[in-house]
Amino acid sequence: MTTITRNKKSVAVNPLKQSPPLGAALAFLGLKGIVPLFHGSQGCTAFAKVLLVRHFREAIPLATTAMTEVTTILGGEENIEQALLTLVESAKPDLIGLLTTGLTETRGDDMDGILKSIRKRHPELDYLPIIFVSTPDYKGGLQDGFAAAVNSIVATDYGQSVETYRGQSLQQVTILAGSLLAPGDGSEIKEIVEAFGLKPLVIPDLSESVDGHLDDDYNSKTPGGTSKEQLQQLERSLFTIAIGESMRPAASTLKEKFGTNYQIIPRLTGLGAVDNFLWLLAQISNYKANNWQFKPQIPEKYLRQRRQLQDAILDTHFYLGGKKISLALEPDLLYQTSWLLKEMGAEIQAAVTTTKSPILKELPFENVTIGDLEDLEDLATGSDLIITNSQGKGLAKKLNIPLYRMGYPIYDRLGNGSRCLVGYKGSMQFLFDLGNIFIEIGH
Amino acid sequence: MKLTKGKIADLLNEPGCEHNHKKGEQGKNKACTQQAKPGAAQGGCAFDGASIALVPITDAAHLVHGPIACAGNSWGSRGSLSSGATTYKMGFTTDISENDIIFGGEKRLYKGISQVIKRYNPPAIFVYSTCVTALIGDDLDAVCEAATKKFETPIIPVNSPGFVGSKNLGNRLAGESLLDYVVGTAEPEYTTPYDINLIGEYNVAGEVWSVLPLFEKVGIRVLSKITGDATFEEIRYAHRAKLNVMICSKALINMGRKMEERYGIPYIEESFYGVEDMNRCLRNIAQKIGDEALQQRVETVIAEETAKLDIALAPYRARLKDKRMVLYTGGVKSWSVMSAAQDLGMKVVATSTKKSTEEDKAKIKKLLGKDGIALAKGNAKEILKVIAKTKADMLVAGGRNQYTALKARIPFLDINQERHTPYAGYDGLVEMAKEFDRALHSPIWQQVQQPAPWETVSS
Ligand code: SF4
Repeated sequence: MTTITRNKKSVAVNPLKQSPPLGAALAFLGLKGIVPLFHGSQGCTAFAKVLLVRHFREAIPLATTAMTEVTTILGGEENIEQALLTLVESAKPDLIGLLTTGLTETRGDDMDGILKSIRKRHPELDYLPIIFVSTPDYKGGLQDGFAAAVNSIVATDYGQSVETYRGQSLQQVTILAGSLLAPGDGSEIKEIVEAFGLKPLVIPDLSESVDGHLDDDYNSKTPGGTSKEQLQQLERSLFTIAIGESMRPAASTLKEKFGTNYQIIPRLTGLGAVDNFLWLLAQISNYKANNWQFKPQIPEKYLRQRRQLQDAILDTHFYLGGKKISLALEPDLLYQTSWLLKEMGAEIQAAVTTTKSPILKELPFENVTIGDLEDLEDLATGSDLIITNSQGKGLAKKLNIPLYRMGYPIYDRLGNGSRCLVGYKGSMQFLFDLGNIFIEIGH
Repeated sequence: MKLTKGKIADLLNEPGCEHNHKKGEQGKNKACTQQAKPGAAQGGCAFDGASIALVPITDAAHLVHGPIACAGNSWGSRGSLSSGATTYKMGFTTDISENDIIFGGEKRLYKGISQVIKRYNPPAIFVYSTCVTALIGDDLDAVCEAATKKFETPIIPVNSPGFVGSKNLGNRLAGESLLDYVVGTAEPEYTTPYDINLIGEYNVAGEVWSVLPLFEKVGIRVLSKITGDATFEEIRYAHRAKLNVMICSKALINMGRKMEERYGIPYIEESFYGVEDMNRCLRNIAQKIGDEALQQRVETVIAEETAKLDIALAPYRARLKDKRMVLYTGGVKSWSVMSAAQDLGMKVVATSTKKSTEEDKAKIKKLLGKDGIALAKGNAKEILKVIAKTKADMLVAGGRNQYTALKARIPFLDINQERHTPYAGYDGLVEMAKEFDRALHSPIWQQVQQPAPWETVSS
C-alpha cells in the first residue's frame, strides 16, 4: 500500500493543480451544444479559457455571470438570470453547464433556490436543461471538478425523448470517460466498443468537440459531443463502464437512478488492462445476444493489435527497463501511467499528485506526495525522465532531465486534440514515445 | 494601500485618462467604469491586470493569496522576457483551503511569506489579494507590514481582487502599489540629464530589446523600465528620471500623472510601432529633454534607420500593398498598429474602439478614412461578420481570437500578450512585415478552402 504524504507548506510553489471549475468546464465541453457558465467574477473564466484555448488550439466557448464586489454581497440571482437570458439569445444553446467558483461558494449563494425562482419566472426556458455543479476552487483540483460535473450530467433529468422506442434494445453501453482521457483516447474507445457491436454513449465525449476539426460555421457553443437526445437515452444502456476511479460516484448515480450495473476500469493502458477491457466488452455483447453457450468474440483487428503491442513491449523494454522515472500527474492519470511503467520494468523514483483519491493507495510504489512542482524538483534529481504537464519544462531544464508531457496544460506540443495513449494502439504509442526519448539521449 | 471605495472611484476617474475628460461635452464615456455584462463578458479581472503590470519585474517573487483558480490556472503564461533573473516565472500561491476561509487566511499568508524568503530570498515579494481573500476580509496591508519588518525585505501588498473590475483597473492598482511602496525608496548610483523611464512596456517577446539600442545610440539613458525586464531595484529609483515615457498604454497613466505631481517629472505618451511613431517618439523625447546636440543625433539616427528600413521593407511593401485587414484590439494599440500597417501600404478596413479614449478614437477615425468601420463592441461572431462584409484578407487581433479566424479559414496575426515575435522599433516593423507576408501568402489557405473531389460532383 502506498503512503500518502501531504506537503506541509503554506505556499504552493509552481502549482501542479488547476482549479475544480476548470475541470468541470472541461467535462461540460464534451456535451453538444453547451456553453459552460461560471458563476463567479469574470477573471476565473478568462484564465480557464486561455488555458484551454492554448492546450487544444481551439476556440472554446465559456461564459461568466460576471459577479462584482457589490453583486457578490447582494447575491448572484440577478447575474445568473441575466447571463442565462443573454446566452440563450446569443448562442442558442441546447444545454447550459452552470458551475460555481470560490467566490460565490464563499458567499454561499443558495443555488437551488435561485434556479427554482429563475425557472418560475421564465417558463420559456423549460426546454433548456441546466446542469448544475458546485465546484469551490478551494476544494480539490481539476480531476475533482471534472468528476463532479460528470456526476451532475448523469444525475440531471433531460425529459422524455420524443421517439417511441420502448421494448427494443439499443445495445448501448454508457462509457464514463474520466479526466485521464484526452479527446483522441475517446475516439479510440468508441471505435473499440463499436467493434463489439455495441453502441457507446460516452460521457463526456470530448472527441467530438475539442478534437481539433474544422467546422463550416462559427460556434458560440460546442459543435459536437454527447447530445441532449443521447442523454435522454441514458436509461436504456445495458451497462456502465467507468474509466478512471474518479468516475465511481457517477457510475453509482446511474446505478441508483436506472439500476444500471457498472464496472470501474481504473486504467486503459498496458496489455493486461486493455485485455480486461476487451474481455468485459465481449461479455456484455454476449449477454445482449442472450447466448448462454458463451464463446468470446474478440474482433480480429484487436487480436492483431495485441500481438503488435506484445512486440512493442519486447522492443522497448531494453530502453525502459531500470529507468528511473519521476511523475507529477493527477491521481487517475498517475495510476494509469505508473502501472504501465512498472510493468515495463521501469522504476518510479518520485511521484507528486494534486488531490486525494482512494486510488492513490493502490499505486505500484511506496510513496506519493500531494504537492506541487517544487516538490517534484526536490524529489526528481537524478531520474532519467520526468512526466508532467508543460509547466514542468523549467525544472526539467534545470535538472537536465528530458520531459514527457502529459496532463493539463500542454502549451508547447501540437496535436493534443488527437493524441491517443490508450488501448493496445495507444499503449504502443506511449512506449515508442518514451523509447525514442531514451534512444535520442543515448540512454 | 488600503483598498477603499474612494480609492477605486479615484482610479476609475483618473484625470490623466482621456476617458474621463470630455464627459461634459460629449456625453458620458464609460469605457473605464463600464461593468462587465453577465453572459457576454470575456475579459480578465483586476488581478489579471495587476499581474500583467507587475510580474515582468524579474527578480521579485509574486505571491498570490487566494484559492488555486487565480494562480494555478495562470502562472507562467505571461509573455514577458528577462535578461537576468527568472524568479518572476515561478508561481507562488497560498492555495487556500476551506479551513482558511473559515478561520481567515492571514496566518497562512504570513507563514507563506516566510517560506518564500527562506528558500528563494528575493529582493521583494509582491502579494496579491484575490476575490475570496478580499471577501473574507484578510488584512493584506497589515500582514505585509509585519512581514516587511520581520524579514527586512519589502513585502508589497497589491490589493487587486478580481471582482473590483477589469484588467485596466488592475493595471492601475498595480501602479498605485509601485507609487506607494517602491518608487522613491532608493537612489541611483548616478544620474544624467538624459535619464528617462519607460512606463507600460512589458517586454513581451523581448520588444524592449529592439528599442533600447536605439536609445543608447542617440544617448538617451533608460533609468527604469516599468516594468518589462526590470529589476526591483531600478524601479525604486525611478523618481530620479527627467522624463516619463508612457508606451502604448493608458493603463499605468496614474503613474505618469502622480510622478509628475510628486517629483515634477513630466510625461509623454508614445508608441514604438511603425516608422512614423518610432520617429516621433525619439523626436519628442529629445525635444522634451531640450538638448540640441541630442536632437541632432536623433535626426541622424532616424535618417540612417529609415533609409535602411526602406531597403529592407521594399520587397514586403510590394507584396503587402493594398491588403485589407480587420484589426481587433484594445485601446491605444489600435491606432499604433494601424499606423504601422499603413507604413507597409496595407489597409485597415475595420477596427475596434472598444477600450479607446476619445482622443484615440479621433486618431483612429483619421487613419481609417471614410469607408473604414469602427467597431464599438464585438465578439467573435461580430468580427467574422465584419470580415465577410469588408472582404478583408486577414484578422489582426489578440491570441484569444486566433481560433476565431483560423476556424473561419482566415489568415491571422497575433499582436497581444502571448506572441513570440517582437514588433517594436524599426527592426520590429520588418518582423511585422515578414509575419504579415507569411500569413497572407501561405500556400495553406487554398487547401483549407478546397472542397473534396466528391463534393464537387453534381448529380
Ligand atoms: S476573478 Fe477573482 S477569483 Fe477569479 S481569477 Fe480573478 S481574482 Fe481570482
